[in-house]
Amino acid sequence: MKEQMVKAKRWFAWAILSIFVAGLFSIPGSVMAWEPKKPVEFVIMAGQGGGADRLARLIQSIIAKNKFSPQPFIPINKGGGSGAEALRYLQDKKGDPHVVMATLNSYYTTPLRSNIGVDIKDFTPVARLALDTFLLWVNSESSIKSVDEYLAEVKKAGGKWKMGGTGTGQEDSLVTGMLEGRFGVKHTYIPFKGGGTVAKNLIGNHIDSTVNNPSEQMGFFQAGKSRPIAAFTPERLEAFPDVPTMGELGHNNMVYFMQRSVIAPPGIPSDVQDFYVGVFKKVNDSAEWIKYTNDKSLGRAWLTGNDLTDFFLKEREVHRKLLMDAGEIK
Amino acid sequence: MKRADLIAALVLAIISFYMMLKSMELPIGWEAGKGPGGGAFPFWLSAGMLICSVLIFIRNLAGLSLESKDTQPFMETETLKLFLTVSIALIAMIGAIHIVGVYVSVPLFVAFYMRHLGKHSWTKTLVISLTIPVVTFLFFEKLLLLLLPKGVTEEWFYIFF
Amino acid sequence: MDIFANLIDGFATSLLPYNMMMITLGVVAGLFIGAMPGLGSVNGVAILLPVTFLVPPTSAIIFLGAIYYGAMYGGAISSIMLGIPGASTAVATTFDGRPMAIKGEADKALVAAAVASFLGGTISIILFTLFAPLLADFALKFGPAEEFALMILAFSTFIGLGGDSILKTLFAIFFGLALSAVGLDVVSGQSRLIFGDITGFYHGINFLVLAIGIYGIGEILWTMEIDKGNVSLSKANVSLKRIFKAIKELKNTWGTVLMGSFLGYFVGILPAAGATPGSLMAYGIAKSASKTPENFGKGEIKGVVAPEAANNAASTGSMLPMLTLGIPGSPTTAILLGGMVIWGLEPGPLLFIDQREFVWGLISSLYTANVFTLLINIAFIPAFIAVLKMPFTILAPIIFVLCVVGGYAPTNDMHDVWLMLIFGLGGYLLRKLNYPMAPVVLAIVLGPLAERSMRQTLIGSHGSPMVFIERPLSLIFLIISLFLFALPLLKKLNLRKKLESL
Repeated sequence: MKEQMVKAKRWFAWAILSIFVAGLFSIPGSVMAWEPKKPVEFVIMAGQGGGADRLARLIQSIIAKNKFSPQPFIPINKGGGSGAEALRYLQDKKGDPHVVMATLNSYYTTPLRSNIGVDIKDFTPVARLALDTFLLWVNSESSIKSVDEYLAEVKKAGGKWKMGGTGTGQEDSLVTGMLEGRFGVKHTYIPFKGGGTVAKNLIGNHIDSTVNNPSEQMGFFQAGKSRPIAAFTPERLEAFPDVPTMGELGHNNMVYFMQRSVIAPPGIPSDVQDFYVGVFKKVNDSAEWIKYTNDKSLGRAWLTGNDLTDFFLKEREVHRKLLMDAGEIK
Repeated sequence: MKRADLIAALVLAIISFYMMLKSMELPIGWEAGKGPGGGAFPFWLSAGMLICSVLIFIRNLAGLSLESKDTQPFMETETLKLFLTVSIALIAMIGAIHIVGVYVSVPLFVAFYMRHLGKHSWTKTLVISLTIPVVTFLFFEKLLLLLLPKGVTEEWFYIFF
Repeated sequence: MDIFANLIDGFATSLLPYNMMMITLGVVAGLFIGAMPGLGSVNGVAILLPVTFLVPPTSAIIFLGAIYYGAMYGGAISSIMLGIPGASTAVATTFDGRPMAIKGEADKALVAAAVASFLGGTISIILFTLFAPLLADFALKFGPAEEFALMILAFSTFIGLGGDSILKTLFAIFFGLALSAVGLDVVSGQSRLIFGDITGFYHGINFLVLAIGIYGIGEILWTMEIDKGNVSLSKANVSLKRIFKAIKELKNTWGTVLMGSFLGYFVGILPAAGATPGSLMAYGIAKSASKTPENFGKGEIKGVVAPEAANNAASTGSMLPMLTLGIPGSPTTAILLGGMVIWGLEPGPLLFIDQREFVWGLISSLYTANVFTLLINIAFIPAFIAVLKMPFTILAPIIFVLCVVGGYAPTNDMHDVWLMLIFGLGGYLLRKLNYPMAPVVLAIVLGPLAERSMRQTLIGSHGSPMVFIERPLSLIFLIISLFLFALPLLKKLNLRKKLESL
């Protein structure tokens, strides 16, 4: 009995040791460019099924399909607290070369709205892939065809006009706040769980208007069920050549984008950063990505390195002001 | 049984009260034109929990509930021993995952359970407790691409990917 | 007759040998992934999505659809054998499936689950084939007010599920609902109930963490106490004769299966709900409608077929909003949706017109996948039973390990593993004191949907609750739920009258 135990212990020690030794031999020389040694965690700042999630999974698929990386990218959703969970997670992963994160605008707004002990300046920038656009939508059964008609109707409703959007303090509510601040109108803002649900509620006439991204409304738009009346972009969108921009209508500075970028934890060596920039550059140039962004009217907007950090910090200030105007922060 | 029921009701009442306090961080009242605030739902539910647990407590004291008439012990000594052994082993295993990862702590746990509680032979114990991590790795990490925590053993696994 | 011509074309696609192979592979993969606690069709579909880029879109969706189906069946396997729901959709299956396994009728329960899943799946595909565009319009009529009324209806079907003590049942319901509020409040955009500023609470309390804790860890502790940790989990036997006998016995349950299928399908097509509420409601109704409700929870076969028919019907149902509206009815369909986009298909109202071949290929493959899953599942039953015959002291640690992995997998967070352990140990102690556990699990599923839809409605109506009875669909649901709430009372009165007249 006792003998057996000693034997067993020895066996176990051998097993552990052999795994360890094998591990030592496997570490390759440092002359080669850095490559991930295990699957890469691809953290998504939002829950499953939303726009950010779908985009991240598209990127993952493009990487997998074209073998842009020797190790797979594994999407992990950490959508808690409007991305607070993901930001804290990445902060704790300081120096870990096997994690990257897909971000959206909650990258700025979440740390601004509540103190979660994260400064986005610390994160390592990888790449900005796209800027998503916003349009003002109504149901196609509605008589509204222009922004002026829209504003007249909203005013007539006296605060009872139902604007649907994603959670309070997120992008849709900020665009709504922008409309209200500029035109002195009042909406009843109804938060839903995701952009797709918002779009569906517009078509079902449960709400009166939305500020959906093109991708969220595209299916309904093509079926003639919804109507865009203006775009919050500097120039007209290719997919909607007949829809005027807010600027054209004389409302300057009414532009809002949703950024789609990838970042890495703080304190990553530069060769690791270079590797990820390289992977996403290949994604950016891939045929699948170009087709998808064209179809969905998503603006490709490649940016990397310090320029990207500067962009983030500039946008943070823009959002600070937007949130203050909306009364979300002081 | 009577005493265990009383203690449980008391503990649940305290938890309910704490959840009520925690819910008050957001508005718990009816906001004009908007309906209930962000804290209302959990606050009133916790209040309901509190009321229930207090009533359970009182009914027990008054000898009205089934449990208050039950003179059986809450746990027999043997059951208690088993419960404590398994709970502590589970806590130790999950705690160890943080440090040495799944692939060290799981085989140790399985081996302990089989040997100590199951009285299986050493050969059987070893075969099974060493097969499980291998199968786990192949199925979850290789096939399903689900990364499990590995603690300090992280780098040992680089060769397998 | 357009539909039939299309369907026949579709079969021509899905019955190609290559596609048949994809179906078989998908079904087997799905069965195993679904049978793992914590892993469901979401994982299977998400992980295997990249594989599908190697094959044409129609084969790809057929493959993913087969995984989806396989996982739906697979969820029932661990529910019945181990008492751990393999997926959230299979929770209700544990209520009676597990007691059947303990009684030595695991094979019967597995056969019942497989056949009911098959019937539920088939009925809903037929409904899907005939009424897809019509039902898409119906789904659009569902706004927040209707969603809320539907949730109330769901609650009312659970009224019979509580324990003996009303106070303890109420406590369990409140507790589950309060737990469901942890995390983000979507309406105000603020976090709440973040106990001890632990980041793990930001994502809320995952339903699976609670279910695996209570039914996985708690159940083993429970079994251990009864058996003093020594015997095997089940004395089940299996033979062809027994399987045929079990199928024959299912004749008495066809009403329940039909109810489950229709209910599951209609709940499934609503973008908000999905298969989990559908299967729970079916269980509740089966129990309320039964002449012998006291048998439920003790190994009643109707308690297995109702949720299983419903969850498979609902999983087909939830493809409808995905295909016709481009809105996912469940996380799995959300990922399928992502896949379709990558294959260059645009889900939405135009899909049925622009992509005929694809849509009908998919629909016909659902018929095929369903038949395949049934056959493969029944073929595997002896293997499952063999697992059950392992000594308990070997099976138990393996199940504990599966629970740990299952608790970790959905969020990749050790926090959830600890939470699962606390729920498991606490749930076991409370269960000994006659606190019912099923209502906690039900409440945590429905809580977020109910709260959100109620508050969205009230914001839209500027605080007036009248809106719930002004909208016809919502009013109908509320009246039915009122009736269901009153049903046990009526039954009791009736019983008393009968006793008095004796």
